[in-house]
Amino acid sequence: MKYIDEFRDGAIAKKIQARLHAEAQPARQYSFMEFCGGHTHAISRYGIGELLPHNVRMIHGPGCPVCVLPIGRIDLAIQLALERGAIVCTYGDTMRVPASGGLSLVRAKARGGDIRMVYSGADALEIARREPGREVVFFAIGFETTTPPTALTIRTAQQEGLKNFSVLCCHVLTPSAITHILESPEVRQFGTVPIDGFVGPAHVSIVIGSAPYEHFAEEYRKPVVIAGFEPLDVMQAVLMLVRQVNEGRAEVENEFTRAVNRDGNLHAQALVSQVFELRNSFEWRGLGEVPYSALKIRPAFAEFDAERRFGLGYQPVPDNKACECGAILRGVKKPTDCKIFGTVCTPENPVGSCMVSSEGACAAHYSYGRFKDIAVKVEVAA
Amino acid sequence: MKKDYIRPLDIRSGCVDMGHGAGGRAAAQLIEELFLAAFDNEYLRQGDDGAALAIPVGAKLVMATDGHVVSPLFFSGGDVGSLSVHGTINDVAMCGAVPLYLAASFILEEGFPLADLKRIVDSMAAASRAAGVPVVTGDTKVVEKGKGDGVFISTTGVGVVPAGVHISGANARPGDAVLLSGTIGEHGVAVLSKRQSLDFETTVVSDSAALHGLVAAMLRASDGVRVLRDPTRGGLATTLNEIARQSNVGMLLDEATIPVLPQVEAACELLGLDPLYVANEGKLVAICAPDAADAVLAAMRAHPLGANAVRIGSVTEDPHRFVQMETSFGGRRVVDWLSGEQLPRIC
Amino acid sequence: MCLAIPTQLIELRPGALGLVELGGIRKEISVALVPDAVVGDYVIVHVGHAIGRIDPEEARRTLAMFGTLSELAAANEAALP
Repeated sequence: MKYIDEFRDGAIAKKIQARLHAEAQPARQYSFMEFCGGHTHAISRYGIGELLPHNVRMIHGPGCPVCVLPIGRIDLAIQLALERGAIVCTYGDTMRVPASGGLSLVRAKARGGDIRMVYSGADALEIARREPGREVVFFAIGFETTTPPTALTIRTAQQEGLKNFSVLCCHVLTPSAITHILESPEVRQFGTVPIDGFVGPAHVSIVIGSAPYEHFAEEYRKPVVIAGFEPLDVMQAVLMLVRQVNEGRAEVENEFTRAVNRDGNLHAQALVSQVFELRNSFEWRGLGEVPYSALKIRPAFAEFDAERRFGLGYQPVPDNKACECGAILRGVKKPTDCKIFGTVCTPENPVGSCMVSSEGACAAHYSYGRFKDIAVKVEVAA
Repeated sequence: MKKDYIRPLDIRSGCVDMGHGAGGRAAAQLIEELFLAAFDNEYLRQGDDGAALAIPVGAKLVMATDGHVVSPLFFSGGDVGSLSVHGTINDVAMCGAVPLYLAASFILEEGFPLADLKRIVDSMAAASRAAGVPVVTGDTKVVEKGKGDGVFISTTGVGVVPAGVHISGANARPGDAVLLSGTIGEHGVAVLSKRQSLDFETTVVSDSAALHGLVAAMLRASDGVRVLRDPTRGGLATTLNEIARQSNVGMLLDEATIPVLPQVEAACELLGLDPLYVANEGKLVAICAPDAADAVLAAMRAHPLGANAVRIGSVTEDPHRFVQMETSFGGRRVVDWLSGEQLPRIC
Repeated sequence: MCLAIPTQLIELRPGALGLVELGGIRKEISVALVPDAVVGDYVIVHVGHAIGRIDPEEARRTLAMFGTLSELAAANEAALP
């Protein structure tokens, strides 16, 4: 697969690894946050953690749309399916996210909710066309990458004059979440979370470009390296961050130039601003209410806004008290610091959202990283 | 015997109705014209409630049963019919046994086209004939429309274990070799590609096949085979974890050795799946004594269903029973059980 | 993350649709968000939509850059006795 396989070459990884070991200064500690779950996933799946020098620590950030989806939002989708009789179309990712009352979309489906997994918003539109007698709601989640396709779906529905289609919009914004982490007391005042730099989003940046990160590189003096999601991209980005720290720089650098430029995809941006506008505030699981961190559907498209159409009122629901997802998402704690990690909370029975998606910090550590320090003993039987 | 009904079954445009499961004349007609015609053998022809079978004296019997539900019912490389034969033969074969007989139970949904049923039953009969394992007894029930998904097929298989063969998932020991009979993930990808909303074009065909011939060849080649298992639902990763748990051992795999077709890899990239967790229906994992590995591997490669067989790793001593893997990238990671259902993802 | 994958655009179809190929499999996607895409381009596909394009020259440069010395490091190491 062109543009994929070349970026997974183990021999080149050794070259980058050698540079990292040569350039990371032994007396220093380096802590970098990879904002995106895509990077978390690559680090776990390819075993990159083992290839990094011991004094380079990666902190898994909140860039997993499933992980930051608050309980109250899933509750709304379940309510639409179970109480309002709507067909709720959703990406496979959200199916197992825990909601209130021990429910999830999968369990709501088992209770008779008409919940259908789709690969794209266009599939939800198709269901609406095929079943004009039913209300069809597309439960839209995701960052800036996923927003333009949703905008296109809404605009198509309007152009076609579909009367039974609406979108429960839960799209969130990356830069405001990063700013929120940098503003958190742990990072800003107490310095308990030393974040020396960020591995910046890959696919989000294709859409928004690299310019939006310039502000906090400058304002907060934190280097940012935008990186692709292939393992070589991640390793090279870490090397570039180590270099920035060593040289005392705090700039936005772009490792993913094959897909990202400074301005991003202007067509997609124009479409998004035609259909969506900023929400004043939005609740993120783990981060709480974050100002101007999400989008809502503009009044011109009100009839396609499920919140307006069904008169939905958002009810925040507190997370399980024992769950440390919030602190883990902010980089304050590691999954293993959580008392219920791997005992009460497992991928089969996730309590918190970080355990749901394979790119959540807890699920990634549970699935790929547990006991990685145990020596492997291959005994040849006599 | 004179037929006690007049009009033959309208296979071209007829549908299953409740009468076909009611045990009356319609049921008898369905059995005779569709099932008997396809599976015809001496046991079925007896027309008894069960089959009286001859079993070698003193032989150890193996019995395995498996329910087959697949959506869609027809996919490239097979259908629910051939799958229900292969799946159960393989379960018997993975116990080291020679499969002898099959029993089949059909749950049909009211309204299911008889033409589709015939296609499934014919494919099932062809698979059973090719494998040399006859369907000797069966049953049919009909459920109301909306209470089934077209056809569910349960099959049960009986086989005998040759003297001196001791295969069990509990037999793996540290140092043993882990062998895999070929490329992984084809069945799952072939089925997914036909699902509505995911549909993509691929030439990947399901690997659905009966593996008892391959098993016999392996057991002839060496007495060092300790564990046999077919990595179906949950894929290779889940099967290896099952064995590790049963045998109280760990495993260390070498990712670079695990064969995956480029199309399977591409489909997994597109849907956010991992080939290690995608279903197979014609592959097996064998764990054997280290000094037997070469002979067993050679026997596998000499058989058409094991032409791409490889050694993918070793059994390790590990009280945590972890299956670990050296990634082709150069790192190491745990290969965990599949959690929940593997769903196509966007993130 | 946002799962997206570079695929080659092999056919443009009416209604801002396109057929892409990846490792021998094909899928119809929307190219409405990348209206300048032409057949032969590698487009990055997310949830059934092309959201961007791969710049082949930049891809080549990135591959060449992996693990090489930074200019500063090269200068420092050259300065060593």
